[in-house]
Amino acid sequence: MSATNAPGTLRTAPKEQRPSTGSASKGSAPQAGKPRSGFRPGRVLVYVLLSVGLLVMSAPFLWMALSSFKTTSDLSASPPVWIPSTWTLDNFRELLDKLDLPLYFMNSVIVAVLVTVCNLVFCSMLGYALAKLKFAGQNKIFGLVLGALMVPGNLMLLPLFVLMSKLGLIDSYAGLVLPFAAGAFGVFLMRQFMQSIPDELLEAARMDGAGEWYIFWRIVMPLVKPALATLSIFTFLGSWNNFVWPLIATNDPDKYTLPVALATFATDPNKAGGSNGVLMAGAFLVVLPVLILFIALQRHFTQGIATAGMK
Amino acid sequence: MSTVTGKAAQTAKGPQGRATAKSPAAGPGASQGRQVRRKPLGRQNAAGWLFSTPFLVLFLVFMAFPILATLVMSFTDFGLRNVTHPLDAKFIGFENYVNLFGDDKFLRSLLNTGYFVVVGVPLTIGIGLLVAVLLNNGIDRARTFFRVGFYAPVVTTIVAVAVVWRFVLDPSDGLISGLFSEVGLTGPDFLGSEALAMPSMIAMAVWRNVGTVMVLFIAGLQAIPTEVREAARLDGTGVWAEFKGITVPLLRPTMLYATVITTIGYLNVFEEPFVMTQGGPSDSTLTVSLNMYREGFNFFHMGYASAMAYVLFVVIMAITVLQLRLLKDNTK
Repeated sequence: MSATNAPGTLRTAPKEQRPSTGSASKGSAPQAGKPRSGFRPGRVLVYVLLSVGLLVMSAPFLWMALSSFKTTSDLSASPPVWIPSTWTLDNFRELLDKLDLPLYFMNSVIVAVLVTVCNLVFCSMLGYALAKLKFAGQNKIFGLVLGALMVPGNLMLLPLFVLMSKLGLIDSYAGLVLPFAAGAFGVFLMRQFMQSIPDELLEAARMDGAGEWYIFWRIVMPLVKPALATLSIFTFLGSWNNFVWPLIATNDPDKYTLPVALATFATDPNKAGGSNGVLMAGAFLVVLPVLILFIALQRHFTQGIATAGMK
Repeated sequence: MSTVTGKAAQTAKGPQGRATAKSPAAGPGASQGRQVRRKPLGRQNAAGWLFSTPFLVLFLVFMAFPILATLVMSFTDFGLRNVTHPLDAKFIGFENYVNLFGDDKFLRSLLNTGYFVVVGVPLTIGIGLLVAVLLNNGIDRARTFFRVGFYAPVVTTIVAVAVVWRFVLDPSDGLISGLFSEVGLTGPDFLGSEALAMPSMIAMAVWRNVGTVMVLFIAGLQAIPTEVREAARLDGTGVWAEFKGITVPLLRPTMLYATVITTIGYLNVFEEPFVMTQGGPSDSTLTVSLNMYREGFNFFHMGYASAMAYVLFVVIMAITVLQLRLLKDNTK
């Protein structure tokens, strides 16, 4: 609140705009976060700045998309050809010839789906226990979860590799899924959401003789569907984009996930053959599903980030 | 009220709870109120542990154990042979740690990582804040559109993005060299130059992470009570004064969180150099994580790599604690 005491360095710009709010409804005017209606020169500047920013942000994507349809001569033309002079699918054809993308796509899907389902179940279970049950050791477990949030993944890669080798899980889906089957972030998120469910509801169910599993599965889970949606999106995407562990945990090219396959392809001079067009086609096909998913569900993304950041 | 009884019930666990749980058919009586509260407790204790078990098992096997094992390995000469015979590794005390600090390559990677963080974090936070403020103040209709645009790089597969950026920065036919040649200049070889490789990578990291920071700041901005701003506006506070006097102080918790997570992320930077430069030219983009990966999985000096992992971990913890201190104290 001390912030309000900040002495007003008098500037007229915002003041002058006040009268222009006249026509706007009184209800919306006091919302400082929302702009007032009417022409503001400042707003034009804001739009210009944001548009330039947006152009910079999307330039690599546009470049990637356009390049993947260019012929070899367009790709190496100088001065550069921005829009393909002839659109071609040759890059995609060559890519699919050299790289078994459907296989890697399926590997990525299987791993991401398994990781997501495991997280939804296990994280919700612990989230429920932490939010809605009382038991000995509860606080210690929550402390563990918070601690786990802070540990960098690099810290466990080496022994994890040894462990997985000993268990014979290198080059297996289990080896790719198990280390990510229950994340601390998920527990934290589910606990936060479940805390907002009124205790009376659960007490009533207990009075009626409902078991904890029934309460969890039939009452609590349906109530936290938005949280489950957020967790699914983040977990699926995290797994889809994960690179370091799949790189370590797979030797057999048939078990590569998409990012590992693409990175191996891109960093191996013999395979990529130095063709940027083919690499752009590869990047395009890897990025496209993620972008579509994101645009379709964008609201959940930003809400999820905001929720996780609030604490 | 319910929390009070909950706490009381929690302390009253043990034999008592079990005793009442044994007689659920005791029937309604004067003691019903107490019984109802206690009966679920024994049940809740068991349920609590049952619900925790899957997470705890996975956590212990795939996280807690490896974290401790890394520490133990860092005091051994763990090598390729020990992947099959882990217990044969020889204990060598602090030798790995001592060697690390005489290892030019490791010191170089520490320095590179530091460079990445020191330049990358302020840029990411600054630009993210700027975009958030612009989106929050001047724009209503297109807000979602811009937000989606700025956030899109965050969700994309980093390996694919790094491949794209490698081409964007390509000296002969990349996007940037194309822009240079449009105006009759020759663009530099960004990734092939020792001086420019790291800044290029930082540019890409900023591009990729600005969206996260922006979303955090937008959430923070929207949490600022509107009355505060209105009062300031009525007092005739200027745009800049409002930003400095209201926005920044009230955004401090968000700023703290954004700074900490961005710093931790950048300290672990791996994929960008792995895909774009392989650490080159002449180790100018070799980061600690990439160095650790190579020592561990290319050369199988796993004991040595474990020591690296722990040094990085200690650095991360130290910096995080420091940031929490510094930024928190400022709010007072």
